[in-house]
Amino acid sequence: MLTPDFAAPALHLPLFGDRVAAGFPSPADDHLDNKLDLNEHLVKRPAATFFVRVEGRSMIGAGIHPDDILVVDRSLEASNGNIVVAAVDGELTVKRLHYRRARLFLEPENPDYDPIEITGETDLVVWGVVTSVIHKV
Amino acid sequence: MSRVFALIDCNNFYVSCERVFDPRLRDVPVVVLSNNDGCVIARSAEAKEMGIPMAAPFFEFRRLAQHKKVKVFSSNYALYGDMSARVMRTLAEFTPRLEIYSIDEAFLDLSGNGRRDLIAYGREIAATVRRATGIPVSVGLGPTKVLAKIANRIAKRNPETGGVLDFTALGPHREAHLAQIDVKDVWGIGRRWSERLRQLGISTALDLREADPHQIRRRLSVVGERIVRELRGTSCLALEDAPPKKQQIMTSRTFGERVTDHRSMREAMGTFTARTAEKLREQRSRARALTVFITTSPFNEREPRYSNSATRALPGATRDSGELIAAAIDALDEIWKPGYRYMKAGVMLLDLVPESHDQGALFAAPQPRSRGRSSSLMDVLDRLNRDLGRGTVRYATEGLRKAWRMKQEHRSPAYTTRWDQLPVVRG
Repeated sequence: MLTPDFAAPALHLPLFGDRVAAGFPSPADDHLDNKLDLNEHLVKRPAATFFVRVEGRSMIGAGIHPDDILVVDRSLEASNGNIVVAAVDGELTVKRLHYRRARLFLEPENPDYDPIEITGETDLVVWGVVTSVIHKV
Repeated sequence: MSRVFALIDCNNFYVSCERVFDPRLRDVPVVVLSNNDGCVIARSAEAKEMGIPMAAPFFEFRRLAQHKKVKVFSSNYALYGDMSARVMRTLAEFTPRLEIYSIDEAFLDLSGNGRRDLIAYGREIAATVRRATGIPVSVGLGPTKVLAKIANRIAKRNPETGGVLDFTALGPHREAHLAQIDVKDVWGIGRRWSERLRQLGISTALDLREADPHQIRRRLSVVGERIVRELRGTSCLALEDAPPKKQQIMTSRTFGERVTDHRSMREAMGTFTARTAEKLREQRSRARALTVFITTSPFNEREPRYSNSATRALPGATRDSGELIAAAIDALDEIWKPGYRYMKAGVMLLDLVPESHDQGALFAAPQPRSRGRSSSLMDVLDRLNRDLGRGTVRYATEGLRKAWRMKQEHRSPAYTTRWDQLPVVRG
């Protein structure tokens, strides 16, 4: 493969990089505020936050509709009552996590769907905790 | 003061990235292929056990892969780059003294952090990265970077460590481990030096540690001597300071099918140059020169071979895609020869200067269009391509057909960087 000749001498010229500020300062400068940033509002830990898209209607009761985008924080510990994204038998699903009398359920929020009981045979990994729903109206 | 370094290394990084978003890939053999679906560049543990070797050409084991249901992926650098940034950002929460060593490795300087139990701390680092990003990592700890690297290697090969190992805590087993490591696998030695060392009877990491540092200095320069001292536990290699801005930016590709006509090559070169110009503006630089190269396959003995490159100095330091593309096409036309089947081409921007330092060329001919207008045009171009997807707005030279585009038949979605390719969850 060809490579350029890096040993060739570079040409260095003196540079005048600094700019001199000129003109009057704006009287509004002291009153500038930050712009509102939705990321800052919705995302606490950017490294651990992922967006996923919803398919299906089992969480309608929680305000989660088909085609909505969920904000998922993987760094949060899932606890009872959280809405979570979980890998169940190899598929990613969104449900509410529920402990009831020493039994663990992934519960839908739609009477047409049945809760999934997590037993010894279920292959379950909690993927992350849902912190927001982005729903277009 | 005694020093503590940690080397954090992501396990089977590319495969792990794919697995985060597709739980069905857990516990099954997975491989990732290089650009153009050529060779294996990453393997899951299951694929390693099946005997699929690293760098194996895909066509050689395609049938085996189909038969054994190996999941095969084209490399997805948009995904791997984003996941790497997440891992590094998570690590930076433990210490600001962090050196990103490669896409999947980082050194942390943990000296003086007051932690007594380093192994527990290493486990905490690994668990935090795993939870935040889904990527499993191994942690090697030691009083020097070379020993941290060795500790990481031992951790990876000994599952009973749970992926975390402190070299110092190995005690009397240290020598036995060092004796098992080929000298070429010691960080910084490599193949060329290891051959020279072998002639001196030095074939393992232990031999190198016991060698006379002055003799090694004579044979392998002061860098070799430092490695010997690091193996003995004296830290000679610090974390690198912030790496300097890149002095060259390059885009090159192996074509999906050989390029034989001038027009396709011009399109390819135009596209590479436009992409490279974007990278240039991302790092807020201007370029004063540009090199293009084209080459036929160096492996095919039966075909006539040809390679050439040409360089153009630019009238002033520029960040304008149009000017750069014009120069690239001009350089290409100089070296283009018909009748060959070209396998690869690329463009490299050279002699970079910070954006703010540009003065233009003092005695250059009047510019075809004003710098101010060009600058805002580029900003608009970049914004459109960033917001609406790469290649939304492009120069006519880049072409529309792109028959030369890379083969990437098995690429997973850009799960983390494109709204239209997010992972899907069942509600």
